[in-house]
Amino acid sequence: MQTKRMTFPTGWLPYALLAPQIIVTMIFFIWPSAQALYQSVLREDAFGMRSEFVGLRNFERLFDDPVYLNAMGVTAVFAVGTTLLSMGLALLFAVKVNDMLRSRETYTTLMVWPYAVAPAVAGVLWWFMFNPSIGIITYMLEMVGYDWNHRASGNHAMILIIIAAAWKQIAYNFIFFLAGLQSIPNSLIEAAAIDGASRTKRFWSIVFPLLSPITFFLMVVNIVYAMFETFGIVHATTQGGPGQATNILVYKVYADGFIGMNLGSSAAQSVILMTIVITLTVIQFRFIERRVNY
Amino acid sequence: MVERKGWHSIFSHAILILGVIAVVFPIYVAIIASTQPPGSFLRGTIPLVPGGRGWENYQDMFEIGLRSAGTPPISLMMFNSLVMALAITIGKLAISIISAFAIVYFRFPFRIFFFWVIFVTLMLPVEVRIVPTFQVVADLGMLNSFAGLSIPLIASATATFLFRQFFMTVPEELMEAARVDGAGPFKFFKDILLPLSITNIAALFVIMFIYGWNQYLWPLLITTDSNYYTIVMGIQRMLNAAEGDPQWHLIMATVVAAALPPVIVVLVMQRLFVKGLTETEK
Repeated sequence: MQTKRMTFPTGWLPYALLAPQIIVTMIFFIWPSAQALYQSVLREDAFGMRSEFVGLRNFERLFDDPVYLNAMGVTAVFAVGTTLLSMGLALLFAVKVNDMLRSRETYTTLMVWPYAVAPAVAGVLWWFMFNPSIGIITYMLEMVGYDWNHRASGNHAMILIIIAAAWKQIAYNFIFFLAGLQSIPNSLIEAAAIDGASRTKRFWSIVFPLLSPITFFLMVVNIVYAMFETFGIVHATTQGGPGQATNILVYKVYADGFIGMNLGSSAAQSVILMTIVITLTVIQFRFIERRVNY
Repeated sequence: MVERKGWHSIFSHAILILGVIAVVFPIYVAIIASTQPPGSFLRGTIPLVPGGRGWENYQDMFEIGLRSAGTPPISLMMFNSLVMALAITIGKLAISIISAFAIVYFRFPFRIFFFWVIFVTLMLPVEVRIVPTFQVVADLGMLNSFAGLSIPLIASATATFLFRQFFMTVPEELMEAARVDGAGPFKFFKDILLPLSITNIAALFVIMFIYGWNQYLWPLLITTDSNYYTIVMGIQRMLNAAEGDPQWHLIMATVVAAALPPVIVVLVMQRLFVKGLTETEK
């Protein structure tokens, strides 16, 4: 890795400069992660008095546990649903806003602010609008004859958290799509128009392929977001229910560790989640390297 | 533009206006609900016009808080959130900029190793190692303190990378000229690098302030004393306590108070915000 051609003489100074960051990282990142690895191969008794080495048994038990397998399925549905909904809408809005001249700034401002809203707050906002007894959307659905109740129906609860998570994330995707669209040279689109390609055709055969690096990047970011940053949405609203319908993996780690007090299992779940994050981060970085070359 | 617009343009505006409505509607409903008198959520649906009790509701929440939920006044919770957000933001910026300075402007043993240690933090978000991190903080006696709320979150790989990237683009000549004139590392950092980095610092500040203010899981775990509640997690406490008889008008006043500060930051500093967001992802 590069430095400047000319550097300052080395003494204790660079270590002192790095010390705060490294110390915080060691104490609050590396050490707890190592603990999670260590605890994942132990089994504690109910009072936390004794623990014994059980090898990979915690992991085996997890993969035999229908509740855990269900949480994996729920997380997959939630992540895919959130990613598709928020990226789809963001792309639609970005394409439309990119066509505008005078109103571009105004629309952008109105679109991007939800980025600043905490996931938990986003969850509560939609929880309130879909409230089975007084919610405004429930009321509208009732008028068209649809009975909404996310306290009883697992599907309704899932739809609710997908909408809340996607709503917040549209802003982020919108900003990146708009930046991507603005970097596409107009001459390409004009040339295609002169050749008689319709608006739809131009979009699918020129614009969309040119956006594909950004689309791929956003896909990874959105999956990470849906899997790890949406804890607040689930915790503040459905709390994993009804039944296990919205019990996403990060919520389950928390619930098993702090409410169920099952440390071995919770640690094993942490290790599985770390593996997932590490994989996604590596994918993201490899992709960024490639993008720089091209 | 490529061709005449006419109907297509109207159609585009229609889609965008629908989109904006979908984006803005939830917060509109929250604001309206926060102005209602206590009884308006017992029957029917949420009213869509202001209820005229806004001032009283906000006054109640700012001065007293929601007693039935045991949450402190929202002025205190907002103060806690502000302290936490600023401590996280300033902490991240400070330790990242000096780490990047060390990595770019010095050559020393284990440089690459340290870089990787910082990089690893990207892969270990709090959410995946909740229990052991909580144990560490509890062992250090940092529960229910501002130090506990902020210090464990101030390591930042993204900020370090961004500063490193930026320092690499600073012309070599500046450093050479500074050394010829006899400037040491401190002077060079303070008088040359820091002023050059101002825009980057400001852009990161916006992003990190939002990140800090919106922390949820972490304050939820380490605060049991309600005097340290932050506003975003306080809402959940209210919802929980109010399961039987939700005081929606007061909860929504809190929701608005929780959402407003970071939203204002984004609206006022939109350019810096977009820059911060797109640069940190490079």
